Amino acid sequence: MKRLSLTAMLMLPGAATASTADWLQSISVISAGDTTWVMVSTILVLFMTIPGLALFYAGMVRKKNVLATMMQSFATCCLIAIIWVCFGYSLAFTPNIGLIGGADRFFLNGLDLLTEKGLVTVYPGAASIPESVFMLFQMAFAVIAGAIITGAFAERMKFSALLWFVGLWSLLIYVPTAHWVWGPGGWLALDGVLDYAGGTVIHINAGIAGLVAAVVIGKRVGYGRESMMPHNLVLTLIGTAMLWIGWFGFNAGSALAADARAGMALVATQIATAAAALTWIFIEVCLKHKPSALGLASGAIAGLVGITPAAGFVSPQSALAIGAITSAVCFFTATKLKYWLGYDDSLDAFGIHGIGGIVGAVLTGVFVSTDISATDTTLWIQIESVLITIAYSAVGSAILLKLIDKTVGLRVDYDEERQGLDLVLHGERVE
Amino acid sequence: MKQLTAIIQPFRLDDVRDALYNVGIHGMTVTEVKGFGRQKGHTELYRGAEYVIDFLPKIQLDIALTDDMVDCAVDAISSVARSGKIGDGKIFIKPLERVIRIRTGETDESAV
Repeated sequence: MKRLSLTAMLMLPGAATASTADWLQSISVISAGDTTWVMVSTILVLFMTIPGLALFYAGMVRKKNVLATMMQSFATCCLIAIIWVCFGYSLAFTPNIGLIGGADRFFLNGLDLLTEKGLVTVYPGAASIPESVFMLFQMAFAVIAGAIITGAFAERMKFSALLWFVGLWSLLIYVPTAHWVWGPGGWLALDGVLDYAGGTVIHINAGIAGLVAAVVIGKRVGYGRESMMPHNLVLTLIGTAMLWIGWFGFNAGSALAADARAGMALVATQIATAAAALTWIFIEVCLKHKPSALGLASGAIAGLVGITPAAGFVSPQSALAIGAITSAVCFFTATKLKYWLGYDDSLDAFGIHGIGGIVGAVLTGVFVSTDISATDTTLWIQIESVLITIAYSAVGSAILLKLIDKTVGLRVDYDEERQGLDLVLHGERVE
Repeated sequence: MKQLTAIIQPFRLDDVRDALYNVGIHGMTVTEVKGFGRQKGHTELYRGAEYVIDFLPKIQLDIALTDDMVDCAVDAISSVARSGKIGDGKIFIKPLERVIRIRTGETDESAV
């Protein structure tokens, strides 16, 4: 792809789709097959957050915090849903300049279905499905991006602060990043970055935000001295399975069509995940530990994250390598690096999602198949997108967190943390 | 009368119950407890985080006995609950002042 100057890319209006007025099409362009698949994928991706991620995280915290942890995922889903329809969708996916989308679709204004006239709006990049479905599909992505971050500061964050943080993060950090990588005229997209289903936009973004949050908020009381064992790994395994199944919607749904690309993405997803899960427990055994349930689950998630940016661009054989490599790297970052560097990323939002996203994005550059994807990228462009996302998410999250800390206060106090968030924040108990 | 309290490994409970039944002791109260003596515990590893588990699950048995039954109860329990490894548990004998059967009002030896 021809490389434009940075300024040109940031400020350039989106090329062929310069106006959303062109988006109103005859209803005959809608494909029942494509629409069905993206609708199902949307539901699968929402299922990943509620209750997939909620359960995945819930099982790993202490019982006194289990409801609060699940509440974070559920509440994030509700909050981001509203923000998305009001502002997020428009700013991410309407043409404006390379830096940010426009206000055309604020409050979904102009997203139309005119049944009598036989007209419906479609998003140009998903021309065979109604815009409503595309918008909702993207909403599900925005939702899970916010929910992933909650793993980093589990067991110690105020509920009000959480809502402020994920809400603002979604609007000010997620939305611009989504525009850059996926939006019409987005500057990273113009630069040739390949991110099929959101390795950068979702996982690196959320993972870095999580790392910054873990550092800003600080370690849990008693961290390193007291027992903070997962209270019920059955919940975690159930959550893992829900994430795994839902992820097929995440990756294969990103084809935005029920076609051969989606089929390849489906295959790549399963192969990478299986390879990754086995790799993790294999490493455990090599290190003379027992192959653990949590290890299998963690490996699976690492593989899912790693294949996310690559799913529609790589061969099934490459998927195996991507899964295994991502899992091996994440094993190291989640079980060793975290302790060496001394931060409390409670549920490894950075260790698995952040690092997995980075590895996946880079490996996409290595393994991209021009046969399957009819496009190409270079390692440098992929690395560039990783670095930019890291920088933006890190700085932006830090600013938001500091602001919220000064106004609302990020953390519960010592006694509240000891007592448990379920009772203290929500007035409820599990036993 | 005496109260016998035994702390045993949870997996020995069925055998101990059977052994006591065989020597004529038909009633007991069982509680799930945690504890440790010289058995230190074990470590568990969760994603790189190691936890030392000090408090191990045990079963506590409480039995009310007439004085003449104490020795055979102790023998029955010990023979069945002993594995020879650290963690087998302990038996405590305490004096029991009064016993009342609620249903009938019987006291002391007839209530045991």
